[in-house]
Amino acid sequence: MKKISRILVAIASLLIGVIFFTPLWKIDLIAPQYPEGLSVLIWVNKVQGIPKLEIVNDLNHYIGMQPIDPNAIPELKWFWIVFLAFLIFGLVVAAVGRKILLYLWFGLYALFGIYALYVFWKWEYKYGHNLDPHAPLQVDPFQPPLVGVLKMMNFTVVAYPHVGGAALILAGILGAVAVFLEIRNK
Amino acid sequence: MRELLKKFAYVGTALVLVGVAVNSCQKQATKSGISADVAKQVYVPPGEYDEFYAFLSGGYNGQIDVVGLPSGRLLQIVPVFSVDPHNGYGFDEETKAMLMTSHGFIPWDDSHHPELSQTDGVPDGRWVFINANNTTRMARVDLRTFETVEILEIPLSGGNHASTFVTQNTEYVTAATRFAVPIPQKDIPIDVKNFQGTLTFIKVNNDPNYEGNDRMEIAFQILVPGYDYDLAHCGKGPSHGWCFFTSYNTEQASTLLEINASQKDKDYIAAVNWKVAEKCIADGKYKEVPVTYYHNYYDDKTHMAYSKVEKSVKVIDPKDCPGLIYFLPTPKSPHGVDVDPTGEYIVAGGKLATVLPIHSFSKMIKAIENKEFAGEDHGIPVLKYEAINYCEVPKPCLGPLHNEFDGRGYVYTSCFISSEVIKTDLKTCKVVDRIPTYYSVGHLMIPGGDSRKPWGKYVLPMNKITKDRFLPTGPELAHAAQLIDITGEKMRMLLDFPTMGEPHYAQALPADLIMDKVWKVYPLEENKHPYATLSEEDAKVVRKGNVVHVYMTAIRSHFVPDNIEGIRVGDTVYFHVTNLEQDWDIPHGFAIYGAHTSNILIMPGQTKTIQWIPKHPGVYPFYCTDFCSALHQEMQGYVRVSPRGAKTQLRWRGGGSDWKTG
Repeated sequence: MKKISRILVAIASLLIGVIFFTPLWKIDLIAPQYPEGLSVLIWVNKVQGIPKLEIVNDLNHYIGMQPIDPNAIPELKWFWIVFLAFLIFGLVVAAVGRKILLYLWFGLYALFGIYALYVFWKWEYKYGHNLDPHAPLQVDPFQPPLVGVLKMMNFTVVAYPHVGGAALILAGILGAVAVFLEIRNK
Repeated sequence: MRELLKKFAYVGTALVLVGVAVNSCQKQATKSGISADVAKQVYVPPGEYDEFYAFLSGGYNGQIDVVGLPSGRLLQIVPVFSVDPHNGYGFDEETKAMLMTSHGFIPWDDSHHPELSQTDGVPDGRWVFINANNTTRMARVDLRTFETVEILEIPLSGGNHASTFVTQNTEYVTAATRFAVPIPQKDIPIDVKNFQGTLTFIKVNNDPNYEGNDRMEIAFQILVPGYDYDLAHCGKGPSHGWCFFTSYNTEQASTLLEINASQKDKDYIAAVNWKVAEKCIADGKYKEVPVTYYHNYYDDKTHMAYSKVEKSVKVIDPKDCPGLIYFLPTPKSPHGVDVDPTGEYIVAGGKLATVLPIHSFSKMIKAIENKEFAGEDHGIPVLKYEAINYCEVPKPCLGPLHNEFDGRGYVYTSCFISSEVIKTDLKTCKVVDRIPTYYSVGHLMIPGGDSRKPWGKYVLPMNKITKDRFLPTGPELAHAAQLIDITGEKMRMLLDFPTMGEPHYAQALPADLIMDKVWKVYPLEENKHPYATLSEEDAKVVRKGNVVHVYMTAIRSHFVPDNIEGIRVGDTVYFHVTNLEQDWDIPHGFAIYGAHTSNILIMPGQTKTIQWIPKHPGVYPFYCTDFCSALHQEMQGYVRVSPRGAKTQLRWRGGGSDWKTG
């Protein structure tokens, strides 16, 4: 492996570590009567409401959405281990400098990244579609966006990657560049 | 002659036209001749905040009004000495104890003089104190929650008027008898000459880490002659360690005081050295007097008020404690006594005097050192007037009552009889400006105007007579306050607004000293109320003989339980309602048909209890009184009441559950 690729993989691995300090994703719930702001932060191991998750759940019950219960989302319990493994594995790749390991690391990382986005999308689908038919306010089932804007009753819902999510994406890009450089280097 | 008249006519017409032109140039002049450009000085655009919080006493409504300045907008009413049907204060089971006294539960009082806590002589935004004039008490309001958290009864007192004035670091808050009474109380003929007064010093626990609200205690009471002690202020800077109390009726009249108490040319300001008092207490020069008085305080965690019954006070007789107190002769039936920001000038409101007397603290100290006494009164040394007086402001106005300071060397005095505020240069003792008020001003207030660092931007006179200032509302009119700009050489009238009750004194401070510390909710995890229900699963109904406790939760938009059966005529039911919300500004209310109390308004995370004694069998609704959500109207329930002795099973349901039984 070229030195530059090894550095890129090392940086990418360290970037993965960012998710242990900042959230992956942010969903802002914007409405006139919440001038102080209301948001949901998705971490690798928890779901956090700002100022509180209970407030979001209280609001969601009007449309019959199930309460968001972080304990009921198993991925929050083990995803962090996988990312930690990618971090360590990436550092090993950088230290050893074997191309095959780099391809393996990047391939698995890319697959897992897609899987993680799918899991996120699946939970959003569940919450958006599993609506209580007896809820006081009837809305059509909906798919909250991974990235983008959704208008829901009096709320404008805006979803976008937080620092942690951006770091994971950047790590993927750096990994891809390293792979590209190594393939060209043949 | 005709020519001359013609010329006058031309000139007259020209002048009128010029007048019209000038007038239209100033845009619209209001009826009082105030140009409309002052509007921008008091206009706070929608969504923006006032610069100052002002705390106006409610007088005979027993409350404190929180007003934003400069807009004059009413922000909140804080119940202190009066029950409040709005949120249940004094009606609910938790706060009843706040209004307990040695004379039993008292639902009303006359709140007079709010005073902000100070650090280093500057308002610090922690607490506001206020006195009850009628059944002598002193209260502390916490400015994180804007709730009354402590009320201390003052024993050996008849009318707590010279209260609540703080020392420089809130070491003490003052109280004093306005009405001389037998001390201790006893059944004797009405003759003031046999009565006495007390000056009370209440010690305040200023420890920021102390979590309880039982912060106040009576440190000592000073026995004084039976005069009427009217108002007070404590020293600052060089005069820190002293407090000053005005007195009237040194004639000791018992009847027709308006004549009989206005005979003497001079009454007294009592100058008290509380550091000497501390020493006398330490040296044991006091008597422990048996009395009964209540000390009530609210616990932020249990959301409940508690009463401690105290059994004695330390009373100092000035005869046993030399250097404790001196009388400063002051014309004539003085009302307010106010110490300027430097701590040097002591300005009295010589209510019936033709001059405004300004005493000098440094002259007073010299006079004491040089023993310049005019004599003694009831064993208390009386200092020579000339030896303490700095100057008499000649012909200030009629009926000067109170003084506030701008920190730039001027004192502003309210003049009741001539309905005006005057501005006087403290050094030269000359009145430099005056402005009418509408009408008959009592107290006046400058933000921080009795502290070491006034925010001298506005003065707010609070008037006793309103008459034609606002749209009429029947014979009873709200009182009126006026906001006056004092930043220029000339005072400028800015705004007129109605006030609730009768504001006596007021205090104000910059909003940023308070607004960031204000609580938004009561944290549910800190709720230690003995009847709190922290989740819907824990909601239940428990019978203990004829008493039934309902452990109820409220969250948008339902109560749990919302159906209760098995209550019987003859039961006393307590609804302990916990608001499970943790969202800002989502209170729930609770009211039930036929309750003899008020509704309760429960803040997020809080638990409150209302008592209900149903009189007749039937099914009675209850509901949420605060429009909490789009489904607020659905937030309701029923209680079934069976006849006395009926065998109806006690059961309840709610939140989608089936019937449950104990």
